Amino acid sequence: MGNLDINIGKLKKNAFRYSKVRGETASRIRIPGGVIDSESLGRVVAIAEKYGQGVINLTNRQGIEIPGIRLEDMDAVNKEIQSIIEALKINQKEIGMGYPSSGTRNIQACPGARLCPFGCYDTTAFAQRMEQLVYPNDRHVKIAFTGCSNDCAKVRMADFGIIGMTEPQYDPDRCVGCEQCVNFCRRRSVGALSLVNGKVVRDTAKCIGCGVCVAYCPTRAWSRSKEHYFRLVLLGRTGKRNPRLAEDFIKWCDEESILKIVKNSYAYIEEYIDPNAVEHKEHVGYIVDRTGFEEFCKYIMQGVELPAKAEVSARLYWGGNHYDHY
Amino acid sequence: MGYILSNDGFEQVIKVLGEKYRLYAPVRKKGMGRFTDVDVILYDEVHHADEIELVQKSDYSFKEFLTPLSETLFFFTESQCREAELSEKPVLIFLRSCDMHALRRLDQIYLDNGPEKDWFYLRRRNLVKFALIGCTESFENCFCVSMGSNRTEDGYEFSVEPDENGVRCTVADSSLDELFSANSLRAEQVTPSFVTENETVVQIPEEVPADILKDPLWDEYTARCINCGRCNFVCPTCTCYTMQDVFYTENGKVGERRRVGASCMVDGYTNVAGGGQYRRTNGERMRFKVLHKIVDFRKRFGYDMCVGCGRCDDVCPEYISYSNIIKKVFAYANENREVENK
Repeated sequence: MGNLDINIGKLKKNAFRYSKVRGETASRIRIPGGVIDSESLGRVVAIAEKYGQGVINLTNRQGIEIPGIRLEDMDAVNKEIQSIIEALKINQKEIGMGYPSSGTRNIQACPGARLCPFGCYDTTAFAQRMEQLVYPNDRHVKIAFTGCSNDCAKVRMADFGIIGMTEPQYDPDRCVGCEQCVNFCRRRSVGALSLVNGKVVRDTAKCIGCGVCVAYCPTRAWSRSKEHYFRLVLLGRTGKRNPRLAEDFIKWCDEESILKIVKNSYAYIEEYIDPNAVEHKEHVGYIVDRTGFEEFCKYIMQGVELPAKAEVSARLYWGGNHYDHY
Repeated sequence: MGYILSNDGFEQVIKVLGEKYRLYAPVRKKGMGRFTDVDVILYDEVHHADEIELVQKSDYSFKEFLTPLSETLFFFTESQCREAELSEKPVLIFLRSCDMHALRRLDQIYLDNGPEKDWFYLRRRNLVKFALIGCTESFENCFCVSMGSNRTEDGYEFSVEPDENGVRCTVADSSLDELFSANSLRAEQVTPSFVTENETVVQIPEEVPADILKDPLWDEYTARCINCGRCNFVCPTCTCYTMQDVFYTENGKVGERRRVGASCMVDGYTNVAGGGQYRRTNGERMRFKVLHKIVDFRKRFGYDMCVGCGRCDDVCPEYISYSNIIKKVFAYANENREVENK
């Protein structure tokens, strides 16, 4: 081994990890939507065996890390992962040079409507579409998709959380008043349904669009809306100062608006990020803490035309613990 | 006569038939299934040939026209009452052989099960004629051959089934020959396709010992069944209903009586005054349903209620197979006969 002379900033941006073990790194494989083809996964295994230590880390954000790679092997690994980058359709600047950035984190998604009975939309496809729009970008932004209000993907800990919704459609002529929807809405969801004169009444203010009524209706009196709707929740986070859950911003939102809103947020970050931020990294939520939500809103809503059904929260108040003051 | 029609020709036939009839057929409802972006095939009024699902088996049956899931029978005020209106335009229903056999069961219960005919059923029944959809292949879970419902010789105006050119039809009602002939590619000898073999084969026991009522074989279903009643609602031979007397909220002296579908699997079916409930567990309910379909109905009417369409197996969210229960009942009957013989 010669003298190591490594630009750590470049290394990190190139999706390699700064390891506590001197001379080692880990290659971080980006898997938007959490779905990888088995051939690419086979290549990951081959790289781990050839350059790593035969070990693979599954990351919290549905990516993969191949640890135990020697720093001097980074160029070789970048060539080896090229086919994985291509198979997963990751935007890239230079062929054979690995990932162009690591700031905007892997975009997460629960299995969604491809597998899950409760999934209200194809989470993977939406995550991949979002990936195409926002990656590569050095700004530290976390985006996550979940199929329904169960939020198995824990999108409320992300900067942008997208929760699937369906607007239940009721055909009274197919309803026999068996009350299974009423009971399951009460027991598995929020209790938005009641039986009035033998037919079901939905409290539209209370309904969260989870689709439990549709799943449990035995006669197809309840069915899903043709449109897929979303609840967009904003600026949840973990971390030292003020970990908190994301708050509801738009209920009954549409796919196009969500894409625009997330894309717009990058211009806001460029404008207001602390120029002296450690490692040029400041979470967008902390920037909003400084500028106020209205300024953030001004940026993200530019050119967004919400559907008539959308309900937008005028003010957002986040909770969580404030460890930085008492 | 038999005819081969192009899809356009069939569309013309449907258009003309639609002038005389309200046409009810299996329709693929996009995204209306239980899960996201999953279709369901159920009966609805159609106006065009391409709305009719001729390839797949329908998830819900044709019975929904004759015995609607929810039907207002009459309206009442303080001293008067009036039947709900029903269009008098004749109805043509497209259905498969198993459902033609189910029709006999519906008629049995509503028209020939006691001194009175069911007036509200009869007024719908009198409007209805049928078009047979030929079965070119057996679907998953079908066991029509075992139940003898795979063939239908009469009772329909014409038959229709997919063909490489469009559709092939036999016309039984000679008054329709001109219409079909005028819109056909050619006349040809056509016989409706019937399934002669199913993957699922069941045997119905002639006698079932009464001890089966207490046999632990039903316990499994107490644990597995979620008493949702889907098996009943999709069944073309289930006829149970319940009544809703509704008083309008704005004026409590006026209201309507509705007849809605009921299910022997769903909570409340056997509730009686005083808080009693005859079949509390789902195993007991399953026992009642199965034995009614293949034993009790036959004792009263001389033939089995079940037609083997297999829709209950298709729809069950818990993967309970009714045809497999029939096999268990058959095995039980056999084993216990052997015990008696010894």
